[in-house]
Amino acid sequence: MNTTIYALSTAPGRSGVAIIRVSGDYAGGILVALTGRPTPPARRAVLRTLRSEDGAALDQALVLYFPGPASFTGEDCVEFHIHGGSAVIEAVLEAVDEAGGIPAEPGEFTRRAFENGQLDLTEAEGLADLIDAETEGQRQQALAQLSGSLRTVYEAWREDLIGAMASIEGEIDFPDEDDVPDALSHRAYQPLADLITSMTSHLDDGRRGERTRSGFTIALIGAPNAGKSSLLNRLARRDAAIVTDIPGTTRDIIEVRVVMGGFPVIISDTAGLREAVDAVEAEGVRRALDRAVEADLRIGVADARSREELVDLQGRLQDDDLLVLNKLDLAPEAQSDGAYGLSAKSGDGVEVLERRIEEIVQARLSAREAPALSRARHRRAVESAVQALERCQMNLADAPELAGEDARLAVRSLESLTGRVDVEDILDRVFSQFCIGK
Amino acid sequence: MSDWDVIVIGGGHAGCEAAAASARAGARTLLITHKLETIGEMSCNPAIGGLGKGHLVREIDALDGIMGRIADVSGIQFRLLNRSKGPAVRGPRTQSDRKLYREAMQAELAETPNLTLRAAAVEDLIFEEGVCRGVVDARGQSYTAQAVVLTTGTFLKGMIHRGEERIPAGRVDEAPSIGLSDTLYGLNLAMGRLKTGTPARLRKSTIDWESLEQQPADADPVPFSFLTEKIEVPQITCGVSRTTEETHRIIAENIEQSAVYSGAIAGRGPRYCPSIEDKVHRFADRNSHQVFLEPEGLDDDTVYPNGISSSLPEAVQDRFLRTMPGLANVEVIRYGYAIEYDYVDPRELDATLQVRKARGLWLAGQINGTTGYEEAAAQGLIAGLNAARSAQSKDPVILSRSEAYIGVMIDDLITRGVSEPYRMFTSRAEYRLTLRADNADQRLTPKAIDLGFASARRAEAFTAKIADLEAAKALTSRLTLTPPEAKSMGLSVNQDGKRRNVSDLLAYPDIHWAQLAEIWPELADLAPAIIEQIEIDALYAGYLERQQADILAFRRDEAVRIPENFDYTRVGGLSNEAREKLERARPETLGQAARIEGVTPGALTAVLAHVKRAGKEASA
Ligand SMILES: Cc1cc2nc3c(=O)[nH]c(=O)nc-3n(C[C@H](O)[C@H](O)[C@H](O)COP(=O)(O)OP(=O)(O)OC[C@H]3O[C@@H](n4cnc5c(N)ncnc54)[C@H](O)[C@@H]3O)c2cc1C
Ligand SMILES: Nc1nc2c(ncn2[C@@H]2O[C@H](COP(=O)(O)OP(=O)(O)O)[C@@H](O)[C@H]2O)c(=O)[nH]1
Ligand SMILES: [Mg+2]
Repeated sequence: MNTTIYALSTAPGRSGVAIIRVSGDYAGGILVALTGRPTPPARRAVLRTLRSEDGAALDQALVLYFPGPASFTGEDCVEFHIHGGSAVIEAVLEAVDEAGGIPAEPGEFTRRAFENGQLDLTEAEGLADLIDAETEGQRQQALAQLSGSLRTVYEAWREDLIGAMASIEGEIDFPDEDDVPDALSHRAYQPLADLITSMTSHLDDGRRGERTRSGFTIALIGAPNAGKSSLLNRLARRDAAIVTDIPGTTRDIIEVRVVMGGFPVIISDTAGLREAVDAVEAEGVRRALDRAVEADLRIGVADARSREELVDLQGRLQDDDLLVLNKLDLAPEAQSDGAYGLSAKSGDGVEVLERRIEEIVQARLSAREAPALSRARHRRAVESAVQALERCQMNLADAPELAGEDARLAVRSLESLTGRVDVEDILDRVFSQFCIGK
Repeated sequence: MSDWDVIVIGGGHAGCEAAAASARAGARTLLITHKLETIGEMSCNPAIGGLGKGHLVREIDALDGIMGRIADVSGIQFRLLNRSKGPAVRGPRTQSDRKLYREAMQAELAETPNLTLRAAAVEDLIFEEGVCRGVVDARGQSYTAQAVVLTTGTFLKGMIHRGEERIPAGRVDEAPSIGLSDTLYGLNLAMGRLKTGTPARLRKSTIDWESLEQQPADADPVPFSFLTEKIEVPQITCGVSRTTEETHRIIAENIEQSAVYSGAIAGRGPRYCPSIEDKVHRFADRNSHQVFLEPEGLDDDTVYPNGISSSLPEAVQDRFLRTMPGLANVEVIRYGYAIEYDYVDPRELDATLQVRKARGLWLAGQINGTTGYEEAAAQGLIAGLNAARSAQSKDPVILSRSEAYIGVMIDDLITRGVSEPYRMFTSRAEYRLTLRADNADQRLTPKAIDLGFASARRAEAFTAKIADLEAAKALTSRLTLTPPEAKSMGLSVNQDGKRRNVSDLLAYPDIHWAQLAEIWPELADLAPAIIEQIEIDALYAGYLERQQADILAFRRDEAVRIPENFDYTRVGGLSNEAREKLERARPETLGQAARIEGVTPGALTAVLAHVKRAGKEASA
C-alpha cells in the first residue's frame, strides 16, 4: 500500500473556491471519513457536508471521486471543492491530515502521475519549474513562519542533535582510542532529554494554533517627498496616508490591505529615507528599514528629477525589487533602465506598475502552500523525531548502534526544519572534541 | 591483438587485489610493479581491519578477494573491536607480521592462474583514439592491453619531509613516479596534493618491555575470511607506553622545525590521524597520549610505535622518544616522516573507477584520495573486476550504498570528492544495521557466484552454509510457545495470547539461546555460526524491516540509470545551474543525481522524464 498524499491545489489565500486533492490507495477512505457517506459514483460531483473527526461541520463541499487508473495521478483520487476562506481551508486540511493523509512533497503528485504514465514528456518538463517554485515557496514559507526566536530554537536542535550523534558515533567508531571515553554515548542522554522536552513543548505551542500571517507584503521606500504616500493612495484607491509636501510627514508606518491579482496584499508606506531631524523621525526611519528588509517585495520611489535619489535607491533594492520614477509629469524626459516611470498625482503609468505587481504576487504566492499544510508537515516531522529520540534514549545503554539508527531517523524527519545534518558534521564534532588517531 | 587483456600497475594493496580480481574474472593479466620483493608491502602500520575497515575486508573476502585470507595467515594479534556491542558495529582487526603478509601475498599471486608478474617502472601510458591501450616502462618497452588499472599509491610526485630534509620518494628508500604524474596532468584531470605521515621504527631489543603494560590478543581470534576455520599463527601482545609532559615540552619547543608546521607542506592530511606535533598543538590541554608498541612480526626486531607519527628532524625525534616509559634507551631503526603526493580528484571517475575522460584506464587506491590498505584493496577489486569485464565486453559490476560498504565508499568518492584522505567509518553507512561484517557473504557471495567470479571452494562452502541456515530458520520458526507455556518455563513475555517462535522469543533482550536450547534440545546441535545469524536477525528484527523499506525506496532511484552520454541540453525546464552541475558530475543514476548539491526536485523530475522516454524509445 502506498502513502496517501494531499495538497491544496489552488493557490492559498485566493478567494472563491479552493480545491483540495488527495491521491493514494486510501483516498477513498479519507473521503468516507470526512463525509460520513460511501464514495459517490466515479467522476460525478456530489454535494456533501464535510466534518472533522469530532463531528463538527466544516463546510458544504462538492466532492469528486476518481478511482485509478483514470485519474490525474493514475491512483485513486479525491477532490474536495470547498469555500475559499482561509479558516475553512485550514479546517478541512487538518481533517484530511487527521483522517490519514500525508502532506505531499513538492512535485509528488506530478511524479506519481508521471510514473503511472499519466503525463507526457512536455507536461512533465513544464512541471519541473512548478516543482522548484513550490519547493522554494515552501522554504520561504517556512522562513516567513519562523520568527527570530523559532529560528534560534531550530538551530539549537540541530546543534544538540549533532552533539548527541557525535557521542554515539564516537563511541561506535573509535572504541580503541584512549582519548575517547568508554560509554561516551551515555553523554548523549541529557542532550536527548533536553531535545525531547523542547520538541514536545514546541508541539504544544503549535497546536494552540497561532495563525500565521498570510498575504504578500510590499514596502514602499524612498526619500521624503518622493511621492510614496501618493503612490500608496493610488494603489489603495483611498486616502490611507497623509499626503503633504512637508518632508517627513509619514512618521510611523501605515499599512493598507488591498487585493491584487486575487491575493491579499499588505502595502506599507514608510518614513522617508534621510538623515532624521528628531528622535521620533529617527525611530520611524529605523522601522522603515526593518520593514523593508522583511517585506516580500520593495518598491523604491524616486523623484524623477533627482539623480541622487535614484542612485541611493538602487543601492538599497534587492534583485527582484521594483523601481519607480515618480513625478514624470514634471520631468517627462527622465528615464532609467527597468524603472517604472509614472505620475502618482495624475495616475499616468500607475496601471503598468499595478499589472507588474499583480504578476509578481501571483507567481510568488501560488507557489506557497497553505499555512495549515506547512504546519501539518512540521508537526509530523517533529512528532516522528520525538518518537525516534525517545527510542534512541532507551537504546543508549545497551545498543548504541540502534541508538545511532534512531538518531539518524530523527535527523531525517527534521531535515525540513533544521537543514541537513551530514556525516561530516558529526565527524567534525568528534574530531574536534577528541584527539583521535593512532 | 594486444599482449594482455588487463595490465595493473603497482603491487600495493590496491594493485594486488586488482590483479587477482582481473585474473579471477578470466582476463589475461599482467601486474607491473617496481620490485617483486615489495609486492604486498605495508607502507605504514602493519595492521588490517578495524571499524568500517574490517567490514571492507569481509566484503572483499565475500567477493572471493584475497586480503582476508592473507590477513588470516599473517595476523599476530587478532582483536574483535566492539565485542561487547551489537553485531552491526563489531569490527575485526589484526596486527600483521609484515613479512608473513608480504610472503603470503607474493605466494598467492604467484599461484594465481592468468596472472603474470613483472618488475619494471612504468613511465607512460599508451592511448589509441583516446582509449588507454597499454603502458611504457622506464626502459622504453611497451606493453599493450585492452584495459589498464593504475594503483600507484603515494608514489605520484611523492615527496618525503622530515625537518628540513626533502626527499623525492614514493616510500622511504623508493623512487617516486614522475612520468606517470605528468601523463595524468596531461589528460587534464583535476588533481591535488594530500599528505600523510608515519612514525619512527624502533629496535625491539632496546625497549624495556618488562616495565610496560601489555595488551593481549583475543583468546578466540575471529578470522576475516569466511573460508578460514581457525587462526593458526601464534598471537603476541603489544606494549603500551605514553607520551609524557616532557615529551610534549620537547615537541612544543621544536614545533617550527616540523615539516608540517613550517608551512612546507601544502597538501591536506587527515583530521583523524594527526601527527604527534598536531596532537600536542591542537589538544594542548592533554598531558599524555597512549602509544601502542606493536612488534612488526614474530621474529622481527622492529617495533611500530602507534600514535606518534612525526616529521620533526631526526635529533628531535630521538629526544622525545626517550622521554616515554620503556623507551629511555631506545634505538631508532628508521625515523618518521611526512609524505606529500599527488592524487586524482575521484569525481573524475565513474562507479567502476574508470576515468571518464580516458576510457580504458581505471584508478584504484591511494591515488584516488583514500588512505588505508583496506580502502585501497576494496577499490582494487572493483577496478580489476571491471577492467577485466570491459576487456571481455561484459557489463560493468557496481555495488550500491545499500548492499556494501564498498558501494558507500565509491559513491562518496565519485559523488562528493575528498578534502582530506578518505577513510572508512561505520558512520558513513546509512544502512549500517544491514551492512554487517557477519553477513557480508550473504550480501555479496551470491553475486560473485553469478558472475563466475568465485572459486569452486568458495561457492561450495557458501552454498552449504546457506542450506544449513535455511534449515535452521525453518526449524526455529516451527518451534513455538504460548505465553502461559513460556511463563511456566521461566520466560517472561507479554501474556497476550500470541504464540511465539524461537526468533520472537530471542527478540526479548533477556531471553537467550541457551535457555531455549534447554527447552528444545535440537537447538543445541546447530553450528555456532548459524546460531549467531539467527540471534542477530532476531535482535535487529524491527529495525531491519524498517531499513529494508528505506532501501527499497533508495533503490527505486538507483535503478533509474542515466545514460553515459545523456544530453542535458535537451531537457527543457532545467535551470542553467542544475544543468551545469549535472554535466560536470555526470551522475550514473537518478539517485546519485539527487545527492549532488544544487540539483532540485524539479530538475530530477525533468531528467527522469527524459530518461524514461529514452528507455521507451530504445525498447520500442
Ligand atoms: C608514509 C605513509 C604513511 C601512511 N600512514 C597511514 C596511516 O597512518 N593509516 C592508514 O590507514 N594508511 C596509511 N598509509 C596509507 C596506506 O599505506 C595506503 O593507503 C595503502 O597502502 C595504499 O595502497 P595502494 O595500493 O593504493 O598503494 P601503495 O601501497 O602505496 O602501493 C603502490 C605500489 O605501486 C608501485 N608503483 C608506484 N608507481 C609505480 C610505477 N610508476 N611503476 C611501477 N610500479 C609503481 C609501488 O612500488 C607500490 O608497490 C600511509 C602510507 C604511507 C606511504
Ligand atoms: N507633480 C507631482 N507631484 C507629486 C507627484 N507625486 C507626489 N507629488 C507631490 O509631492 C509631495 C510629496 O508627496 P508624498 O506622497 O507625501 O511623498 P512622500 O514623502 O514620499 O510620502 C506632495 O505635495 C505630492 O502632492 C507626482 O507624480 N507629480
Ligand atoms: Mg509620506
